[in-house]
Amino acid sequence: MIIIHPLLGPRDSSEFIYKGDAALINRPDWQASDALDQFIDYGYLRDNPAGLHRELWYHEQGDRSWLVVTRDTTTHEITQVELARDVARRQGRST
Amino acid sequence: MTNSNRLSGGQIDRTKPLNFQFDGKSFQGYQGDTLASALLANGVRLMGRSFKYHRPRGPMTAGSEEPNAIVELRTGAAQEPNTRATTAELFDGLVAKSQNRWPSLAFDAMAINDRLSNFLTAGFYYKTFMWPAAFWEKVYEPIIRKAAGLGTLSHDPDPDCYDKGFLHCDILVIGAGPAGLIAARTAARAGAQVILADEDFRMGGRLNAETFGIGDLGAPDWAAQQVAELASLPNVRLMTRTTVMGAYDHGIYGLVERITDHLPQSPAVKPRQILWRVYSKRAILAAGATERPIVFENNDRPGIMLAGSLRTYANRWAVTPAHQVAVFTNNDDGHRTAIDLITRGVTATVIDTRMDAKSLGDYETLAGGVVSDTAGRLGLTSVQVTLANGAQRSLSVGALGVSGGWNPNVHLTCHQRGRPAWDDRIHAFAPAGTLPAGMSVAGAANGVFGTHDALQSGHAAAIEAAASLGFAPQSIDIPDTRDAPVNLTPFWHVAGAKRAWVDQQNDVTAKDIKLAHQENFASVEHLKRYTTLGMATDQGKTSNIAGLAIMAEVAGKSIPEVGTTMFRPPYTPVALGALAGRSRDQDFRPTRKTPSHRWASEQGAVFVEVGLWLRAQYFPKPGETHWRQSVDREVLQTRKSVGICDVTTLGKIDVQGRDAAEFLNKIYANGFAKLPVGKTRYGLMLREDGIAMDDGTAARFADDHFVVTTTTANAVSVYRHMEFVRQCLCPDMDVHLISTTEAWAQYSVAGPNARKLLQKIVDPEFDISNDAFPYMACGDITVCGGLRARLFRISFSGELAYEIAVPTRYGDALIRRLLDAGQEFDAVVYGTEALGVMRIEKGHAAGNELNGTTTALNLGMGRMVSTKKDSIGATLSTRDGLNDPNALKLVGLRPVDRTKPVPAGSHIMTKGDPVDAAHDQGYVTSACYSPNLGHHIALAFVKSGDTRLGEVVRLVSPLTGVDHDVEIVSAHFIDPEGDRLRA
Repeated sequence: MIIIHPLLGPRDSSEFIYKGDAALINRPDWQASDALDQFIDYGYLRDNPAGLHRELWYHEQGDRSWLVVTRDTTTHEITQVELARDVARRQGRST
Repeated sequence: MTNSNRLSGGQIDRTKPLNFQFDGKSFQGYQGDTLASALLANGVRLMGRSFKYHRPRGPMTAGSEEPNAIVELRTGAAQEPNTRATTAELFDGLVAKSQNRWPSLAFDAMAINDRLSNFLTAGFYYKTFMWPAAFWEKVYEPIIRKAAGLGTLSHDPDPDCYDKGFLHCDILVIGAGPAGLIAARTAARAGAQVILADEDFRMGGRLNAETFGIGDLGAPDWAAQQVAELASLPNVRLMTRTTVMGAYDHGIYGLVERITDHLPQSPAVKPRQILWRVYSKRAILAAGATERPIVFENNDRPGIMLAGSLRTYANRWAVTPAHQVAVFTNNDDGHRTAIDLITRGVTATVIDTRMDAKSLGDYETLAGGVVSDTAGRLGLTSVQVTLANGAQRSLSVGALGVSGGWNPNVHLTCHQRGRPAWDDRIHAFAPAGTLPAGMSVAGAANGVFGTHDALQSGHAAAIEAAASLGFAPQSIDIPDTRDAPVNLTPFWHVAGAKRAWVDQQNDVTAKDIKLAHQENFASVEHLKRYTTLGMATDQGKTSNIAGLAIMAEVAGKSIPEVGTTMFRPPYTPVALGALAGRSRDQDFRPTRKTPSHRWASEQGAVFVEVGLWLRAQYFPKPGETHWRQSVDREVLQTRKSVGICDVTTLGKIDVQGRDAAEFLNKIYANGFAKLPVGKTRYGLMLREDGIAMDDGTAARFADDHFVVTTTTANAVSVYRHMEFVRQCLCPDMDVHLISTTEAWAQYSVAGPNARKLLQKIVDPEFDISNDAFPYMACGDITVCGGLRARLFRISFSGELAYEIAVPTRYGDALIRRLLDAGQEFDAVVYGTEALGVMRIEKGHAAGNELNGTTTALNLGMGRMVSTKKDSIGATLSTRDGLNDPNALKLVGLRPVDRTKPVPAGSHIMTKGDPVDAAHDQGYVTSACYSPNLGHHIALAFVKSGDTRLGEVVRLVSPLTGVDHDVEIVSAHFIDPEGDRLRA
């Protein structure tokens, strides 16, 4: 597969390490009243869609940026690639 | 007999005779021959034995679809089994052997299987080798393995080298037949970067096997002219002997180029084969078509081949398997074979299943006839024909060409999601569904069978592809051709045939397919697995469709209702060496060497692989004959005076930024915010699920600067994890990370004289006395008169110890200087074994304890997990299941009988309990002989171990015969109070 890196252009997927569902960005608040339940969901429950999937890839043999790649799991078509940091900020993560 | 079956003409160079051997007998062929064509020219039709029944077989085809003529090539280590004689390019001195026969090809003892065929039908193995289960390993499997398989391996390492390469192009054209040649030319003229790949050693595809003209030229000459023009263009890369083996995502194709297989001696500088990864923007598949057989009784004798292949041998290689031949066809293309053979002086008769068939030349045509049987034990001698009126007629022939029509080579269209669809116009499956991104299909591969139509199809595909990439392609003139339409009437198999081969390579007969249907293995996928149809090395290129047709008939369905034929990569078998490339032996993966490696080699160090690193394991001295002698000496001398160890391989990560301390608080379970500048702290890192991930130290060099160490094994994954936390979880933290593992050479200096030794090399302005530089201190210093260095007072051995780091290029000089300066203390250098012994003596956890199943609680560090801050893994480590009061705890073990070992992996049982999993109390993780204590010791996880100190338990390992008593003790065998550390 080829991943169009937002900074570096087209790169072979063999340069990347795959982590999994981009929902891993949404780490729960440790001080929430139901934090333990939230962390169990966060740690163990994943959707496994046949179709568009937002997932985390790490450019280990490159610039070491984490990317959010939107990929169709049935065709491997990649429709969007973003820096995970931008996605995280957009989803309200900060420090 | 030399070249007795050679005709006139052909694309061979008669001025270059080549000598070769087959089964020990010498023959001569010519430059341009394949092994199969040269053997046929010498009157050899028998080239192999079939897989199951050991039936005599000869070539069925003239190309890579060959199921029968499978041989071993070359000798010695370079011997290669299961290669197709039909594609093996002849060279002077080639040595080939037939396979799957004993004692000889003409007399094969295993041919008895053919007489037993009633018992060896589809599903035979499933039905026979069922019970008793104990027979599987000892009896059935050896029998099956001996009987099955074709060629043999040399059992020597592959003497050749292989390479991998990467290519980029605008348009990849697959196949250099008429459609491919014109597509490449059209695209190249438009200015596109073009790669044209063909598996043959001569480009032209089917054109090299035909006699009709294209424009003013004969077909092979026209092809040569096209190739010459393409070769002159700078934007075209022509790749002969190159098989496109697979179509992968996003326009990526795998190509195997055979560089030296056709050379008598492979030049030492050249790889045998190259596996290319081609990144294409567009691809045009012009892979042509494969002829398909008609199935009839005893259709597998040497001399029976596809009609188009018979014609190829005659036209391209000037060879005929016999001088009297027949052709059995359901279409006009079979007649073309007869005409071409007659033109070259061979006598031919045509048996045509079509009632209205007429001769297209000067030969007899038996319209409406079928071949009902054949004769000839080691080669065809006659065919029995049932005429249209039911009468029988026997024809004495040495070869029979069979044509059931042509199947488009759809293989690469299936490699993603394409599913071929039945096309009634051509009575074959044609490309359909979603093709690999960017691929279009042209010519016969797309079901466009006429040469003129194929040229137009290739041209149109190239115009479209080039235009889609922004080029402005110009039309080129399509020359006239004089080939005729095929006019096929489907005919799959002769009714009533039983011992009629569908898949010749796997010996699947028409009867097997009917049996599979009868036993309800009727779906295509079941049919395939039950009968092994299409599962041989040829992937059923010539057989799948006939199998489907017979299944359709017995099931009363149409062929597309029964199913479709699917193909997966690789298109043809690929040598594992090509897939491995240079990644073999020492080069299987990179080797990382520490800066002291050369020095350690000079000292005679024994090295051990730790991940990619080579680390010194121990340093044997003269007279030491066992590794334990060296290790015991290294340990004792370190604890007595001072020892030096290369710890460069530990991961080092530089963490800088205003939020550096906050960041470490997040990744470590314990707190770092209050760590003062100039101090180092042990840190435990958890996974988010609460399991221990890694441990190490973080040294604070400034408010906004930490140096973090990781274990050697986890250096890469910890860095990756830290970047995940930084970028994905805390995107606004002001913190930056770089890996500095390779930037610093680092040595541990441990033992009571460690300080005295270091004081000799640390520049005098730096006070490293115990007061000025106490336990866990860190700082920037200079050594040896101004060389910048970092000093950490940390200890893995439990001794007064330091780690000193200098820029990598000074690593070799520093270890030499340390050993020089240490002479007065009898300083010793120690390896990873002594390191391990000392950390076990001290009760420090390492990889054996941080094994992916253990928590901070298990490790005795439960209270380190701060509940006052958010860190990775903190929340989930509070789960009940991880906080069982009876949880495993890290303890020490010593044998009650001090002479006994305490082997790692042994399990612990309470005395008096049964020895079974239900009563398991824990297991040994690390074990060694302690030279300081004079007996074996171990670290272990034991249920509630921290409350069981002093208890004698039973140590068992039923597998290795361990069963004796050990005592649970503190894991801190040496200096439990830590006085030595702080000395």
